[in-house]
Amino acid sequence: MSAVTSRPRKPGRSKLGWNLLGLLVVLTAGFPVYWMLNTAFKPAKDAIDPNPHFFPSTFTLENFERALDIADFWGPVTRSLVVSAVVVVIGIAVGLLAALAISRFAFRGRKIVIVGILAVQMVPLVAMIIPVFLLLNDLGQYDKISGLIITYLTFILPFTVWTLRGFIVNIPKELEEAAQVDGCTPTGAFIRVVFPLLAPGMVATSVYGFIQAWNEYLYALMLMSQQNQTATVWLSNFITKNGTEYAPMMAGSTMMAVPIVILFLLVQRKMAAGLTAGAVKG
Amino acid sequence: MSAADTTTAKVPPVRQSPPPGSTAGTPAPRAGKSTGGAGVPWLLLAPCLLVLLLVLGYPFVRLVTLSFQKFGQPQLWGFQEPESAGLENFTKILGDGEFWAVVLRTVIFAAGAVIVTMVLGMAIALLLQRVSPWVKVLISIVLVASWGMPIIVATAIFKWIFDADYGVLNWLLSRLPGVDMIGHNWFASGPQGLAVIMLLVVWGAVPFVVITLSAGLTQVPKELEEAARLDGAGAWGVFRYVTLPILKPIIVMLTTLSVIWDMGVFPQVYVMRNGHPEAEFQLLTTYSFDKAFVVNDYGTGSAIALVTVLLLLGVVAVYMRQMLKIGDVE
Repeated sequence: MSAVTSRPRKPGRSKLGWNLLGLLVVLTAGFPVYWMLNTAFKPAKDAIDPNPHFFPSTFTLENFERALDIADFWGPVTRSLVVSAVVVVIGIAVGLLAALAISRFAFRGRKIVIVGILAVQMVPLVAMIIPVFLLLNDLGQYDKISGLIITYLTFILPFTVWTLRGFIVNIPKELEEAAQVDGCTPTGAFIRVVFPLLAPGMVATSVYGFIQAWNEYLYALMLMSQQNQTATVWLSNFITKNGTEYAPMMAGSTMMAVPIVILFLLVQRKMAAGLTAGAVKG
Repeated sequence: MSAADTTTAKVPPVRQSPPPGSTAGTPAPRAGKSTGGAGVPWLLLAPCLLVLLLVLGYPFVRLVTLSFQKFGQPQLWGFQEPESAGLENFTKILGDGEFWAVVLRTVIFAAGAVIVTMVLGMAIALLLQRVSPWVKVLISIVLVASWGMPIIVATAIFKWIFDADYGVLNWLLSRLPGVDMIGHNWFASGPQGLAVIMLLVVWGAVPFVVITLSAGLTQVPKELEEAARLDGAGAWGVFRYVTLPILKPIIVMLTTLSVIWDMGVFPQVYVMRNGHPEAEFQLLTTYSFDKAFVVNDYGTGSAIALVTVLLLLGVVAVYMRQMLKIGDVE
């Protein structure tokens, strides 16, 4: 604010320019989302009109009906829900302990652990798909939800540890010490003082982890067969030999994206704070 | 405590360097915790390390061994034991002109995507500080919507927008005087198609950069900016000598993460090309995937994946140094 107001120039005019630029950003960045919604609600024949309709001529839900019966919808969605929920529960439980260790204790090898957990995030998932596929094949976990859950921990866990750590370092240690002075044990101080303060951060991290697991595509594609596919892979059902059914596909996309985007809206502010703390604080 | 505190605390040239391997000596707020025994943190870490070892450590070792093996369909079904291939997989790919073309293409693609993402992200983050509150709200909503969009959904949307016959983009461009793009197939050529995919990647990546940088920008002390301005610095000067140095740790982190993500782009290419990327569209990820699962040569696929990981290590090294520095500050 003060960066702008302290300028000697007429503030009203310079703001107008910035606002116009801002609106340009809104239009460009928002267009794909708008186009998804627009296509989802217009009659399928409007979607393949050479002159695109920028608003649905008639508002219809038939694309959603078509999307729902193009292939089983609720099966993949249920599987995605189960996988994401279990991954998050395990991730948070295991990750919280680890995050505590690296943010509240000074111990030998702490730095190595931090670097290790970060390094793990660097390995691209695609690089691991071959051995993971073979491993699950050997363990009889191929095409099993449990197998998918195990593999999703590879990217959920490091992320969880790292962001929870960001939230923990934001809670002043003095609070815990004060509680200990008042007679709490270290564990008691943690449960009564830190844990409640950490709760919003844990919720945000869980939601984020959930979204990541929900959105994963490659492992879901490779490790599950057609009849056990998850929600992201379900979307490819609209691509047929005779072309892509775009209008129902956009309806399907809407069903998959809207809940996720709403979840995102709810927690993103919290997450940005946690991530920034994670980035700049040891 | 804020980003600014930690980073400005770093600015004085020489810090007392703590003895290696021990963080206890650092003049940090949390150095107080010396009680509790060394066993407790390891106990807390054990489940996490165990899981990571199982789900990542073992497959990684397997990746390395695989890349030195002849491993195809018969070995997969267990009809034959995998036999050692020595360096054969590596000599095969490293001696293959196509592989190097893929490496080059991947590096250009990733570099392009990262640079565009970071520049746009920084520009929008700075813009956010200057617009009216209601524009700021609008931008934030749009950014969060595109950020939260599942990659696979975003890919589907872009495919639709860029559709040759009914895509809205060709129609829009054709409104421009002298432009006729109706029926133009964006995916007829690799570079053009990859540019579209790069746009898709950037569109999905910019929001994270903007939101993180915005959070960082709020921590830039206003007094420092004021002081710089009083000393006669222009907008660019303030940015270059005040804002940028303070944001540096965040920028380094974001750039590194972007490099890792953009080198690992897979579903965007795979889905955009209906599961069969043409030679001109192959990046290291899809190339490795193809070798393994289409040609059923898991050894070679693993070797390519391993080379990708090694390539990334160079970048990771920079990130690690930054992280270690941050670790020193506490």
